[in-house]
Amino acid sequence: MTSEFAGFASLAPAYPEMLLAVGALALLMIGVFVRFEASRLVTILAVGLLAVAGAMILISSEGTIFSGGFINDGFARFMKTLIIAGSVFALILTFSTAADKGLNKFEYPVLVILATLGMMMMVSANDLMSLYVGLELQSLSLYVVAAFRRDSGKATEAGLKYFVLGALSSGMLLYGASLVYGFTGHTQLDRIAEAVALGERNVGVIFGLVFLLAGIAFKISAVPFHMWTPDVYEGAPTPVTAFFASAPKVAAIALLIRVVFDAFEPIARDWQQVVIFLSIASMVLASFAAIGQNNLKRLLAYSSIGHVGFALVGLSAGSLTGVEGVAIYMAVYLTMTVGTFACVLALKNENGYVQTIEDLAGLSRNRPFVAGMLAMFMFSLVGLPPLAGFFAKWYVFLAAVEAQLFVLAVIGMLASAVSAFYYLRVIKVMYFDEPTQGYAVPAIELRVVIALTGFLVLSYYFTVGAPLAEYAHNAAGSLF
Amino acid sequence: MTLPLFFFYLFSAIVVASAIMVISSRNPVHSVLFLILAFVNAAGIFMLAGAEFLALILIVVYVGAVAVLFLFVVMMLDVDFGELRKGILQYAPVGIVVGIILLLELLLVAGSAFLVPEAAGTGVLPIDRGVENTRALGQVLYTNYIYLFQACGLVLLVAMIGAIVLTLRHKPNVKRQDIAKQVARTKAGIEVVKVESGKGL
Repeated sequence: MTSEFAGFASLAPAYPEMLLAVGALALLMIGVFVRFEASRLVTILAVGLLAVAGAMILISSEGTIFSGGFINDGFARFMKTLIIAGSVFALILTFSTAADKGLNKFEYPVLVILATLGMMMMVSANDLMSLYVGLELQSLSLYVVAAFRRDSGKATEAGLKYFVLGALSSGMLLYGASLVYGFTGHTQLDRIAEAVALGERNVGVIFGLVFLLAGIAFKISAVPFHMWTPDVYEGAPTPVTAFFASAPKVAAIALLIRVVFDAFEPIARDWQQVVIFLSIASMVLASFAAIGQNNLKRLLAYSSIGHVGFALVGLSAGSLTGVEGVAIYMAVYLTMTVGTFACVLALKNENGYVQTIEDLAGLSRNRPFVAGMLAMFMFSLVGLPPLAGFFAKWYVFLAAVEAQLFVLAVIGMLASAVSAFYYLRVIKVMYFDEPTQGYAVPAIELRVVIALTGFLVLSYYFTVGAPLAEYAHNAAGSLF
Repeated sequence: MTLPLFFFYLFSAIVVASAIMVISSRNPVHSVLFLILAFVNAAGIFMLAGAEFLALILIVVYVGAVAVLFLFVVMMLDVDFGELRKGILQYAPVGIVVGIILLLELLLVAGSAFLVPEAAGTGVLPIDRGVENTRALGQVLYTNYIYLFQACGLVLLVAMIGAIVLTLRHKPNVKRQDIAKQVARTKAGIEVVKVESGKGL
């Protein structure tokens, strides 16, 4: 048997992934041999490496390689760009906070790079096997990162919970994959689609599809598979939580889109029901459960569950507009999440970092810039015009209405209105309560991240909105 | 024909006998040693069946690593095996039921191979008798599945990094050998003390 590879050049679509894999090994070596400030040096180098990989993604060639196991198309490039951006921001957030949060070891940036690599493999997976391996590379890195602060009881609990439930979800995903393989005879996504289209409606394939979706729903923390999210987000160090809430969500949503459109397009009606259920349950449960939360990180965990529900509204439509809406939604969600977590990390005083909503009392008088930006992110998370969050929701609801899913759209609007309560409560505490404690001036890179994401969210309609929509349109088009 | 058959019965008899000894011997170290004997003879059976890769992997992985690990566990942990063995008759019925289910499953596999002999050749990668199976594995592993192979390597790397990050502790007060310090020591700082035997310092 001869190899299909003519040479190194035939691997061009996977160059960014190969760069990250080799780069992670090199950084590991640098971390071991550099004695002084290894973690800071490796973090800076990791940001540089990710930036180079991001630039390579933008110019990377398209194609399917590795015997159909790996695909690089417009959709993959769009999602990979978002993932790289999320990882870069997550690393930048650790610059000044690593020592306080127990992340000042050089393994942390290396694990973030390996997790990013796993996410990029997930997005590019064109085969159930490569899908699983990419997912596992990402999850395994994230389990370790969650428990990175090994002397903290909460972080260890978070890591263990995440690991056990993640292993369970991987098991469900694998079971579904085995059923799909057994009933279609293929693991490659496009071949599965061909087999599904040829045969008549098959209960075994539906069964496998449902298990696959359940496994992925764990990873995107959609209700009813969301239980781990608040505990893990609360227990893990805050920069890690910021990472969890941004890039892995994008990767898992991209994986979901890839699986349902590439492999199960012929039975769209069957998976649409599941996605609609996940979407409604996530939106409704998150809006009501978040009301009772007092811890900021738990609040943001429920907020992220809710936002996954909104993103799934676009996917429920099962159309090009829907995928385009989800792509835009994930880009906006990523920006808002990074900005919000940067605000949370920027608030530190002699008692430590801000924990609960009460800690924010009177923030507008003490730190007006952070308070103003946090208030704007909250307005954007609610979805008020003219902020980015409004346009993101507008695109997904537009897709749902076009697909005649009026009930779903109405429930989404109502859930969005309910969620306004808990977002606005944060603003009320910041602006109308008496200050109880002061906060130190945040580090320069945190202010830069807040200002940058804040600018993007605020000026969305005038600056990035149109090019992003066009880019997302092209990305979604590559799937159809 | 008779010589392979003779070896097959020899190996299988030893496997069965040592498997019985694994669960019945009183000394747990003996159990582990019988387990190793069972593995080695099972490898022999694989060899007879033409699966030389599986045979060698069994020796390398199970005998070389897993059995030694068992031996460490048995010797390091203070487990009272006499206490564990007390309820053995109580669990016998459950054990017999599990055994019967396993036997039925084996019969099903053997039966399907007997009824539909051509089924074995219809896989995605049919068995080619002309190529030994180590080479056959390598030919697909490093061509068609090179991506998955490398990705699995990365997953294992993450597992290794994770294990080290989460468990390794650099203790400050551990005495380590510092060769430079030893070599740099001169006669000046050394005092020779004559110790009378039986008295101590």
